[in-house]
Amino acid sequence: MLEIIDLHARAEGTEILRGINLTVKAGEVHAIMGPNGSGKSTLAHVLAGREDYEVTQGKVTYDGHDLLELDIEERAALGLFMAYQYPVEIPGISNKYFLKAAINAIRKYKEQPLIKTSEFLDLLKTNLAKLGMDKSMMERSVNEGFSGGEKKRNEVLQMAMLQPKLAVLDETDSGLDIDALKIVADGVNALRSPDRAFVVVTHYQRLLDYIVPDFVHVLAGGRIVRSGDKTLATVLEAEGYAFLEPAGTPA
Amino acid sequence: MIVTETTSYQEQFERFEQELGADKPQWLRDLQRRGLARFRELGFPTTKLEDWRFTNVASLAKQDFIAPLTPRVPGQVHDAGELAAQALLDDSFHRLVFINGRFAAEFSRIGELPEGVQVNHLEQVLRTQADQIGEQLGQQASLENASLTALNTAMFQDGAVISVAAGVQLETPIHLVFITERDEQAVASFPRSLIKLGKGSNVQVLETHVGSPGATYFTNSVLEIELDDEAELDHYKLQSDSIAAHHIAATHVHQRGQSIYRNHYFAFGGALSRNEIACTLDGEQVQTILNGLYMISGDQLADCRTRIEHAKPNCESHEMYKGILDNHARGVFNGRIHVHPDAQKTDAKQSNQAILLSDDAVIDTKPELEIYADDVRCTHGATVGELDDTALFYLRSRGIPEPLAHKMLIFAFANDVVQGAKIEPLKKYLEAVLLADHGLPQV
Repeated sequence: MLEIIDLHARAEGTEILRGINLTVKAGEVHAIMGPNGSGKSTLAHVLAGREDYEVTQGKVTYDGHDLLELDIEERAALGLFMAYQYPVEIPGISNKYFLKAAINAIRKYKEQPLIKTSEFLDLLKTNLAKLGMDKSMMERSVNEGFSGGEKKRNEVLQMAMLQPKLAVLDETDSGLDIDALKIVADGVNALRSPDRAFVVVTHYQRLLDYIVPDFVHVLAGGRIVRSGDKTLATVLEAEGYAFLEPAGTPA
Repeated sequence: MIVTETTSYQEQFERFEQELGADKPQWLRDLQRRGLARFRELGFPTTKLEDWRFTNVASLAKQDFIAPLTPRVPGQVHDAGELAAQALLDDSFHRLVFINGRFAAEFSRIGELPEGVQVNHLEQVLRTQADQIGEQLGQQASLENASLTALNTAMFQDGAVISVAAGVQLETPIHLVFITERDEQAVASFPRSLIKLGKGSNVQVLETHVGSPGATYFTNSVLEIELDDEAELDHYKLQSDSIAAHHIAATHVHQRGQSIYRNHYFAFGGALSRNEIACTLDGEQVQTILNGLYMISGDQLADCRTRIEHAKPNCESHEMYKGILDNHARGVFNGRIHVHPDAQKTDAKQSNQAILLSDDAVIDTKPELEIYADDVRCTHGATVGELDDTALFYLRSRGIPEPLAHKMLIFAFANDVVQGAKIEPLKKYLEAVLLADHGLPQV
């Protein structure tokens, strides 16, 4: 579903990704871990199409498409979804309008009939209930005045509504207490399916207790330095990222 | 004789005097002559004046605009009917319609009014109750340094007169519709209107300005408002003039204790528009809320000016202006807040936010705070920006195409001013028509 080959990217002249290689198949959950500044969020943003990052080398194939050639909205329409670490507040646009606009934009792109209002509302109601969100949140402006936990739930709600093929979760656990974390993880787990894949970017192993990955990759200095199964996360939790420092490197 | 920029109006004034002067009371003739003298003295403002630094009216001064001498003949209209139909939001509203500065009875409709409410046009009131109005006319709108208010004073023939007795709650809004219709010569109109609300009364007034598409004309409007204790006025103004029009307006508001004045200004027409709102908070616990939204493009200029005189303690003034400027449009926001020495515990907030959609659009923001009391809270802020990139990315990353994402963000920016409108048909109109270029489609 996703194949990243030798991806290099920079922002403001600094090279952040220095040759990422990663293959994600349908049905798989990959965790990307790593210390702060290792390039985890950059990778997520480059996949989503953020223009602040310049890809200098490499290739990304997504579902048969040359991903880097696609517009931001095309990527989304083709089923790529990024859950943000810092969801954006948009005062003046209701959550409901936003969600419906997104669903219909994607349907239009795929030349499918637009969603019926009743169908949309039913779907929304079901998903809100699953995520323990109050329906009044749909009348409120997108993320405006939401608490950290509410914002993250709102991201998962969008994911549930849009039903992406590949979801990239950027530090979705940051700022969540354990109850919110469980709800968010349940929301993600409910979406796991043989034809959907997840890339879960996280600093801590904690989230991976709830969203159990098939593969764990350690990103450091813009490269994947280690890959393994879910037990790698446990090792990292116990030992930290210290092993990444070559012996003799000054602190 | 050298033809100067004021000569044309001098000549028109003399013709008015000759034809119509005999029917007017002496005090009115004196007032209008004073207006003319003042205008001749000051002339059209130039950009050398600090108050007009960003707004050049040279082209307005050089062109001849003609105010119709005689009242219009009912039925003789070109596109006024269509313009009126477009301007009307709700047939149940009381409405006074003016065409080229003159009352148009056939388009107006005043429904049943509670006792103590008068809704009439100035020309009629001057014929029948001139003396009653004499104390009001010119009371708020000073001629001192205001040459265009002086010109209006010299030239006005008609306008709206609203007076509401103490305690009356008028539920149906009053709609004032000023239409300028294309004529053989470029039309000048000088509406002069008066609103007086008695103690504890409550009224909504909606003022609409429209004109024949593409027509060049000059509207110079002066509105004087008096709010007695505890009176409450919601004043909406929709300036939707022709793209070639010049619109100069001054609204003067005098507020007594615990009165509330809310002004909602929506400007999207005119080649040049200048809207000044001057409020004197002359009583305690007065609330003044001035919100504005200007959306301009092409070579339009929109100049928004607010003057707030905090004369007494414990009053609040809140101003929020938002501008959306495209192409070569120019916006000016000048907000003056003057807190007098006695006006302790004043709470004054002012903000002007503008979004520039093109590199060639310009906004000049000039807050002027003069504070002579020490226990006050006064804040002002101005932001100028482009659409928020992170928000744009967020929307697009959910599949929303860039053009729609743009629209959503512009709508979002303007929306809180629009949502401030409490008249439902007006809100719908603003959502549908005012935001037509930038509004949200059904999704």
